[in-house]
Parts: sequence; structure tokens; C-alpha cells
Amino acid sequence: MPAPLIEMRGISKSFGAVMANEAVDLSVAPGEILGLLGENGAGKTTLMNVLFGAYAPDAGEILVQGRPVTINSSADALAVGIGMVHQHFHLAPRLSVLENLLIGIPGKSGRIDRAGGLARLNEIGRQHGLTLDPDLPVTALSIGEQQRLEIVKALFRGARLLILDEPTAVLAPTEVDGLFSALRSMAAQGLGIIFISHKLNEVRALTHRCVVLRHGRVTGRVDTPASTTSSEMARLMCGHEIVPPARGPSTPGEAVLTLDGISTSRHSGMALRDVSLSVRAGEILGIAGVSGNGQRALAEVISGIRAPDAGQMTIAGKMVARFSPREVQALGLGRIPEDRMTTGLVTNLPLADSMVLPRIGTGAFSRNGLLRPDAIRAFAEAQIKAYDIRCPGPMTRAGALSGGNLQKALLARELAFDPKVLIVSQPTRGLDIGAARFIHEKFLAMRAKGCGLVVLGEDLEELLMLSDRIAVMYEGRIVRTLDSADATIARLGLMMTGAEGHS
Amino acid sequence: MSVVLEQIFQVGFLAAIIRIATPLAFATLGEMFSERAGVLNLGIEGIMLLSAMTGFTATSLSGSLWLGVLAAVLTGALMGAVHALFTVALGLSQHVCGIGVTLFSSGLAYFLYRLIFGQQSVPPSIKSFETLPIPVLSDIPVLGPAVFNQFSLVYMAMAAVPLAAFVLYRTPWGLSVRMVGENPRAADSAGVGVIATRFQAVMLGGALMGLAGAFLSMVQFNAFTFGLVSGRGWVAIALVVFGRWDPWRSAGAALLFAFVDALQLRMQASGLGHIPYEAFLMLPFIFTIVAMAVMSRNAVAPSALLKPFRREER
Repeated sequence: MPAPLIEMRGISKSFGAVMANEAVDLSVAPGEILGLLGENGAGKTTLMNVLFGAYAPDAGEILVQGRPVTINSSADALAVGIGMVHQHFHLAPRLSVLENLLIGIPGKSGRIDRAGGLARLNEIGRQHGLTLDPDLPVTALSIGEQQRLEIVKALFRGARLLILDEPTAVLAPTEVDGLFSALRSMAAQGLGIIFISHKLNEVRALTHRCVVLRHGRVTGRVDTPASTTSSEMARLMCGHEIVPPARGPSTPGEAVLTLDGISTSRHSGMALRDVSLSVRAGEILGIAGVSGNGQRALAEVISGIRAPDAGQMTIAGKMVARFSPREVQALGLGRIPEDRMTTGLVTNLPLADSMVLPRIGTGAFSRNGLLRPDAIRAFAEAQIKAYDIRCPGPMTRAGALSGGNLQKALLARELAFDPKVLIVSQPTRGLDIGAARFIHEKFLAMRAKGCGLVVLGEDLEELLMLSDRIAVMYEGRIVRTLDSADATIARLGLMMTGAEGHS
Repeated sequence: MSVVLEQIFQVGFLAAIIRIATPLAFATLGEMFSERAGVLNLGIEGIMLLSAMTGFTATSLSGSLWLGVLAAVLTGALMGAVHALFTVALGLSQHVCGIGVTLFSSGLAYFLYRLIFGQQSVPPSIKSFETLPIPVLSDIPVLGPAVFNQFSLVYMAMAAVPLAAFVLYRTPWGLSVRMVGENPRAADSAGVGVIATRFQAVMLGGALMGLAGAFLSMVQFNAFTFGLVSGRGWVAIALVVFGRWDPWRSAGAALLFAFVDALQLRMQASGLGHIPYEAFLMLPFIFTIVAMAVMSRNAVAPSALLKPFRREER
């Protein structure tokens, strides 16, 4: 095996009392793709931020090609050939592709070296199949293209080790294939790659070797990911076996939510075009699609936030006359929004306030125009106990909770009022396996109780596991609705890109 | 209205537009550089006033006009650095600090002026810059005497516009400025010093605001008065939005504002009807409001404007 490109020895990093990394050893050889596996909070991102110079380690050293180096900033990291593609892209949206590449690159006689940049961009594009239009502004690129730009940016700066932090979380299945072939091509040319993920099948398909982190420590090293089972890796990640919940047979009842010919104007993002669907009591309808294909508009219409230009909607058999969140809620709709932090709750207010916010005007929480703080508090305390929400108490600032606990709080808030229909967007995005499992079990319990659920998401495995039927959205339309027995990841993935567009 | 049209094509009228536009152009370009880097500088009004005072004083004491200009530029850059210290290095509220800089600079200007010149019955004045005709070009009929028989500071403003565009769009430093104003984290991860770049941009902006102040006290009025700036700084902030954070458009916005201002001056002088002159005084500002409302609908501010950058924050 060749000498390691990068070696981290005994890295420790703590934030206050929390040990984020403890004595972590890790190395990457040229031409090697290393998987870094672990649940949320396991310390993967912290470790990579140490490597990329965002945090200084408390102990340990970093060696680049055998020589110890000190990395205090991303500039230092770039100088020794380490590039990173963050989960949230670091691009300037209104600048062009080329400008985003040339930032920080010294010019030629005081001017930006446009010709040199173009030549380099083309060269990288040819080598790895990463082509981009240099003059398009970043806003005109798809998420996949923006990620490609981030990768090109790192290579542009001469990175020989590329760190990718959960790169597939934002991609459609077909885009994932493109990414993987580019990564394999880079590895074949001697680059080192660290691939961070908690998706076991991807790690098994792509990486040569992988390191598993739990609670900041290395809990496992897998030298042959391809021939190691997913459940074996999951056990290393979580410390115990994970059994996926089984979705029993159901006997769907009456339709509790119907949409008939719903269309919206293109206000922001993709508009809906003639969308019809129905969800029955005791049924989970999954809605698959690459993000940006109208899911947000659909969720907003169903939640009463946006009124459609055409079409009708019924909830529990009653026509929705006026589209407002209060109206649809009164008809029996519960909602867990896509973005927990901005539309889910108020991060600067106590958790208890956020948990009663949608129903603050009802008799349960206010009387004669005055709040009933005791009732609010009692409600929050009861839910915290029932859902095992980890927080110091109901008066904790909501923003201080972890993603998994926030999602539990939102779920508790909606389920406490026995909705007839529940609409959820990206229910487990960013949650670790344990928290995701809890949410899934709750959904299946709701289904057994006769609630109709609409689950929007990009995680096809999750949708296949939960849903009775799956509708695929593409460019604002529902391309097709499948029984989940007939659906496979490959087929859904294809439909999500607009292929098989007959319904 | 034919009277008005005739007026427009007079040499004097064109020259007036250019003269009114010059300080606005400097100030607008200055504010634009600052905002492009993500820093709103509400200190502009005070920075212009203080620079006008120091420039005037330096000239008055030394007798050298260019020394005065230099003093004004340095004053502007220094106050820019003060604003950057609070908003960039310490990451405090840009609104509050900007207002603070304006109040502080204005107060300091009045105080120092009184301290140096005392209370005089006849306000001190300086011998102003003289016009500098450019050979050949100034012989062009109408346009020549209006545009090419101007003060050297006016020529500087004319040169500043293409220069600003070149720096902003064609140099690595300009790209860094735009990047830190759009996505400082991206700039940081590309190895660009966000704090340093913002500091530089705000200081350059301050220097340009200083030039605007110098023009007012050393060319336009030949004296320092307390009402010297009278809202031109605030107008510049509006013109940056109107000009969509672009040097050429910003300069165009300054010219348009100057045109309306020159027009209302003429209308006052021509005694149109019996309308009180205050009504004419309002015109440029009404124009600004209307133009902003109509033209700025789709204007998009730099994404990171008003947002301080701290590295460890995630």
C-alpha cells in the first residue's frame, strides 16, 4: 500500500464538556476512497473541520505525505492540497461559475486571469467528466451542478485530498451515479477522497475502506466495505442492532384528503400543474421527487399557506373554502414542515410556546384574549415526557434543541390533537438512525389509528418502507402513482428525472 | 415648457449638472464599494461633513488645495476604518454603528471648526480650485465648455467611474469584494481574508466619501458651513440602490439626480408662476422616491449585506 496522503494521529477536540473527537486516527492513501461513517453528533463533521482548518485540535497531529503540518485556516488546508465540499455549499449565488472558481486566485498583471481559468476549467471537465458552463450564474445551476462546481473548485485549487460531507443528501439517484463515477475517476488518478455519509449502501458501493465513529471515537474499521453487510455496519455505528419497523397490512377507509386539479402560479419555485391525488384513512402516501419539482408548493397548498389558482381540495370530506393555515387545521390537518427551524417553530422562544403556537387562539391555551401559561406549560411538559424529548424543560429556548428532539416536539404538537390527515416534508432529514426510527414508528402507529399521511421526501428507501402508495413529482406534476409493492428505487429514480412520464 | 427645454441645452445648465453630480458620484461609488463588501455605511453623511471640514482646514492653514484634498481623503478612510472596526472586526449592528459614526463625525466637525476658526463675523473662505480646460476637447461646441472646462476633481470623478468598474469586475481584489458581500463563508473557504477585504472596501469607500466632502467645501462653496452636506450622503445611499450596486448605473443615477436638481434650481430662478420655491426644492427628492419605487423593484442587494462574519459560527 502506498504511503498515506494524509494522516491524522490521536486527534482530540472538545467543546466545553463535550468530547467531539477523542484520540481519532485516520489515514488516506493516494487513490483511495475512505468512507467516514457515523450517526449525527458522532463527530464526523468536527473531525473534518479540524482537518480543513476550521477548528484547532486540542491534541494530536496531522501529517501530509509524512510531514507534520499545522492547519489553522481553510487557506492553510488548501495550501497543503486539502479541499472540502461542505454540506451547505460555499458559493456566491449571483456570481458566475468562473468567478466562483477564480476567487482567491492571484490574477495576471493585476487583472483576473479569465483565459487561464477557462483553460483549467475545461481540463478538469475533460479529466473527470465534470463539465460546467463558465458564464452561468450559480443561481441558474441545479443542486447537482452546484455540487459539481464545489468539486471542481477544490480541484482547481490543486486539492489532492477531497473531503465530501454527506454529498448525496441533496442529490437524485441518477445524479448520485454521476457523482460516484467522477469520484472513482479522481481516485483512479491518484487523488485521495474522504466520503462522509450515514447511508450504508452508498458507503458499501463506493468506498475502499471505511472508518466508523461513535461518540467521537473510532468504533470500527472496515477494510472490505463491499463484502460487509449493512446491518454489521449499522451495529458499529449505533452500538446495537437496528431493526427496521415492519409496515403491517392496512385496510384503508374513506378518503381524508383529496386534491382535484390543483394548479398554482409560479410565485416562488416550481408551480403546480393540475395535481390530483387522494389519501385514505389508514394509508401513507409517499411523494417522491428531486427537490424543486413542486413539493414545496404542494405542501404549502395542503397546509393552507398558499391558495391554488385552480382546483379543489377536501379534508375529511369537507371542501376547503378559504385557504388559510387555521382553516385547514380546523378541518383536521396536521403539518410538519420541511424546515424545522424557520417555519416549524420560533427558535428564540421557549419550547412550550412553539409547541402551542398553531393552536394558541383555541380555548385550550387562551381565554378572553389572555394566554393561559399554566395550561401551556402543562401541555408542553406532558408532551416532553410522552415523546422523550431531551431538553432541560419546557422553558428551554427551542433553537437549543437538537434536530431529532425538535422533530419529536413538532410531531408531539401535531399528534396531540388527533389530526385526520398529517402532511410531513422530509421527516427524518438530518436525523440519526435512532431518532429516525422513532419518527417512523410514530407514523406507522398513526396509520394504524386511521390517520391519512402524506410524506414528501427524497429518501427513497424511507418512502418505500413507509408508504402504501408512492406518487412521483416532476416539474410540478404528478407523473405517476405506484403501489409501493410495484415500486423499486431504480424505477422511482428514473421517474423522478422525468423518464416514464405517462400516467 | 419650451423655456425649460431651452434651458437644458445651455452650457451653464450642463455644467451645473456635472458640478452637482460630482460629489454625489464620489459618495455613491464610496457607498457602493462598502455595500458590495457587505457593509452598509450610514456614517456617510457625517464622514462627508468631517472630511469637508478637515480638507477646508488643511487648505486654509497650508494654502495648498491638494494637501486639503489629501487630508479629506485620509479623514474619510480613517472614519471608514472606525466604522469597519465596529461592524467588521467586532461584528456589531451596521445600522447603529453607522448612525453613531455620522453623529460623532458631525459633532467632531463642528467642534474642531469652532476650535480652529472661532466665531467670526465673516466666515473664513479659501481660494478655490480653478477650472482646468482640456485642450481641443473644450472647444467642442456646448459640450466642450460644459464638460471639459471643469475642475480637476470633476475629471477625477469622471475617471473614478470606469476605474471603479474595472477594479470591481476585472481584478482579483474586486472579485474578493463581491464574494465577501455575497457569501463570506465561500470566500473564507477559498482562502480570502474576509475581515481584511471588508476593511479595505469600507476604507476605500470612506476615502471616496472624503473626496465628495472635499469637493463640497473646496470647489462648490469655498467655505465650510454646518449645513454643507445637507442630506447628500443619504441621497447617495438611495442612489446605490437605484444604481443596483453597479458603478456605471450608480454614476448614471447620480447624473439623473443632478439633472433634476439643476432643473429645479433653474425653475426657481425663472420664477415659474407663483409657486413657492420650497416646492421646487422637493423635486429631486420626489424624483428619488419615485425612481426608487419604479426602478428598484428587482434590484437585489448583496446577499451578505448587514451580516457580520464570524468564522466559528455555523
